[in-house]
Amino acid sequence: MALLEVNDLKTYFSTDDGIVKAVDGVSFSVEKGKTLGIVGESGSGKSVTCLTIMGLNDRKNTITSGEALFNGENLLTAGSRRLREIRGNDIAMIFQDPMTSLNPVHSIGTQLVEAVQLHRDVSKRVARARAVELLKAVGIPRADRRADDYPHQFSGGMRQRVMIAMALVNDPDLLIADEPTTALDVTTQAQIMSLIKRLQDEFGSAIIVITHDLGVVAEAADDVLVMYAAEVAEQAPVVKLFNRPFHPYTWGLLGSLPRLDTDLERLVQIPGQPPSLLRPPSGCRFHPRCPYVMDKCKQVDPPLEPISDDPDHFQACHLDEATQDREAAKLLEATMAQAG
Amino acid sequence: MIRYLIRRILWAIVLFVVVTLVTYVIFFLVPNDLAAKVAGQGSSQEARARAIHHLGLDRPVYVQYGKFMWALIKPVPVRIGSVPVFVRPNGNLGYSYIRATPVNDLIKSAAPVTGSLVFGGVIVWLLMALPIGILSALRPRSLLDRTSMTFVLIGISAHPIWIGLIFAYVFGFRLGWFPISNYCNFFNHAGGCGGPAQWAYHLILPWITYAILFAALYARMIRANVMEAMTEDYVRTARAKGAPEQRVLRSHVLRNALLPVVTMLGMDIGVGLGGAVFTETIYNLPGLGKLLLRAIGETDLPIVMGVVVFATFAIIVFNLIIDLLYAWIDPRIRLS
Repeated sequence: MALLEVNDLKTYFSTDDGIVKAVDGVSFSVEKGKTLGIVGESGSGKSVTCLTIMGLNDRKNTITSGEALFNGENLLTAGSRRLREIRGNDIAMIFQDPMTSLNPVHSIGTQLVEAVQLHRDVSKRVARARAVELLKAVGIPRADRRADDYPHQFSGGMRQRVMIAMALVNDPDLLIADEPTTALDVTTQAQIMSLIKRLQDEFGSAIIVITHDLGVVAEAADDVLVMYAAEVAEQAPVVKLFNRPFHPYTWGLLGSLPRLDTDLERLVQIPGQPPSLLRPPSGCRFHPRCPYVMDKCKQVDPPLEPISDDPDHFQACHLDEATQDREAAKLLEATMAQAG
Repeated sequence: MIRYLIRRILWAIVLFVVVTLVTYVIFFLVPNDLAAKVAGQGSSQEARARAIHHLGLDRPVYVQYGKFMWALIKPVPVRIGSVPVFVRPNGNLGYSYIRATPVNDLIKSAAPVTGSLVFGGVIVWLLMALPIGILSALRPRSLLDRTSMTFVLIGISAHPIWIGLIFAYVFGFRLGWFPISNYCNFFNHAGGCGGPAQWAYHLILPWITYAILFAALYARMIRANVMEAMTEDYVRTARAKGAPEQRVLRSHVLRNALLPVVTMLGMDIGVGLGGAVFTETIYNLPGLGKLLLRAIGETDLPIVMGVVVFATFAIIVFNLIIDLLYAWIDPRIRLS
């Protein structure tokens, strides 16, 4: 049984303008100790998917359906008390902006101790020892003394390390990292990602990495979920996705990836804007921006189905596989050729 | 911390000199017939000149100001036994022109009244503003929120004098629940009433009158602060850690949302002392406000100066306490 199994998850927000379908029928699963990357543009529903699993959406105007089975237990129907037990203990989360995600008026030690004591009936001294141990593990120098410092005394990268330490302090089975490196500079990004990978080996947690950075996915993920406009466009093990991408949106993402080994004049961009989730386009939601659009795309929403010769590789596109293979090969060849 | 304190105290001294100097100069710019008042109606030209000379009013302004300041800050040795241990400022505020009583005595008897009014008033206004602000923020746009924000609007719009008169009429005169004038000493039974119970009983209407405007302003500010803090990323982090809602509110939302309230308290204490003038007038409380109003009417400079000096001193001390308190509760201030 998978650690986390999400089936047909839908999250709708009712707003003054109408219903925003932020997540519209998303399914995936995460195995123990594995990493799932969720990629997509801003507003594609990546973060909302994870906040829904954690039960962190504002309850008042949120409509949720489907199921999210964590060790067989449906989190979407769990009571708030049970959810609190799970949050921070079995499933932990780190957020995009480490500058604002820590409480400025409590020392980081206090915040880690709080995380421990919310789930473990231990003394402050024991909790603090655990907190310092984790701060050391994430590479905070002189962790014992720095635990008494406040968030504003740490740099962005260090704060994200603190967030990671806080997330891992209760040894969770699943770590959800919501754009963990987006707010950091490039060298720090690499450090944080390798830290997450190393800690995953050490702690054996499964990880969901939400990102719009395909580089992060290539580096860290075992499986990839490409989301577009609240739906899954393509889903595959990471190697397969990069070697044989099927969905035109994935091609767009790959084409827009800056690479050091090629000498492109400028990056290829996907034309247009992501659609409004208040009134998504008919048929395939990518059709207004898709260079391969056919009449059928405008009417029928393509279902997410496995490709004919690989049951692990799912895609939602009306194009025939022969064309897709040809176009993907062309794209890969082009980048290779530029790589020289 | 020590350097911070020293810097603050130096600034306080500058502030003190500026405030007293401005008050002094303004007083001499305003025309008055002080000589007639001091020497008496129908007194001779000669008697008036003598009176003016006696008060030192024929000297240049800077000399008078210098003498006033010297009497105030002249170092006086404090002896234990007969050994001088340290010095304290003399603290003499001079004598009333009209009544010839020491200003220090007048201040000493009026200050506790104003102190009681302001101290109790601040507590009442916080007791009103905190629950209204927090509950409104937790249920924005609810019936409770809309009702309390309507009252807030009324509280901000209505002048304290009008509110005071309405209260005195309804609760004092019509219903007869509370006394509508006079002050009872907290400690001794002087002039018929005294003791904590009578003290509080006589101050209930003044406290509420005094508190309403500030309570309204603070309720609105607290509501906005709490609502803003609720959307902060660190609040989401706290929930993601599995913290119960009550704990999230107490330890993460309120700790941050109420920081600015402490700052505002420090800034508003000066305005608050000004507001006490209205309340004291309505309820006939013999506090600094009444003293000041009467002294201004009689152009009695030493009393005006005394009240200004005392108020300035109180505000400076209070601000210093608030700043130190703030540095203590907000770690970001503490170290920068």
